[in-house]
Amino acid sequence: MAIDTPVRESILAAIPSLRAFAISLCGNVDRADDLVQETMLRALANIDSFQPGTNMPAWLFTILRNHFRSEYRKRRREVEDVDGRYTEGLKSQPEQQGHIDLREFREGLMQLPEDQREALILVGASGFSYEETAHICGCAVGTIKSRVNRARTRLATILAIDNIGEFGPDNETRAVLARGGE
Amino acid sequence: MTEAAPPAPKGPSAKLGRDIQAKIGQQLRTMYDEVVKQGVPDRFTELLNQLGAGDQKGKR
Repeated sequence: MAIDTPVRESILAAIPSLRAFAISLCGNVDRADDLVQETMLRALANIDSFQPGTNMPAWLFTILRNHFRSEYRKRRREVEDVDGRYTEGLKSQPEQQGHIDLREFREGLMQLPEDQREALILVGASGFSYEETAHICGCAVGTIKSRVNRARTRLATILAIDNIGEFGPDNETRAVLARGGE
Repeated sequence: MTEAAPPAPKGPSAKLGRDIQAKIGQQLRTMYDEVVKQGVPDRFTELLNQLGAGDQKGKR
């Protein structure tokens, strides 16, 4: 199989972000890397259906997302151990305060419904527009906007409950939250 | 980019909501960038090299 240099370069350029997305989908670095590898193989096998000059990252993200949906979901249910496995392979840096926050954040993120989580990540971290994200997820732009909003709200609730000391800016707000936010 | 901000909720939670939103956005990018910073693991470069061996003679 011959790979055009521009295709090779654009695939390579997309890999770091594809991995980050894959990790956030399946919650495990090793499985995420397998997912990225399978995405590359699928992309190359179907490279004729890619139109040069169009959005290569969005095309690859679509393949990865659909592949995850069809193959990995079943397996994921068997490994719902969010706490332990998600951070595997990400422990290169010391456990500073910021990283402890980040671990809690990851755990909160993994509690979101998959539809909301992928929308939030594609828009909020991968840098895709709502339109691109809608294309990747195969749904309407309005649906993506609503999922992102719901993801933010839900995550805020999860993090506020788990982490009230850090997220509540002052005692008064904390008191309001403790009473149920009335 | 078209980011239609939802109407801010009224009441005591409004400010907190915005604080949390900013924090969520920042944590999300930090988490994501931690992986992005790792670049391209060798296994992927090697895979492309193997698959594209035909037109990768003599390197670029």
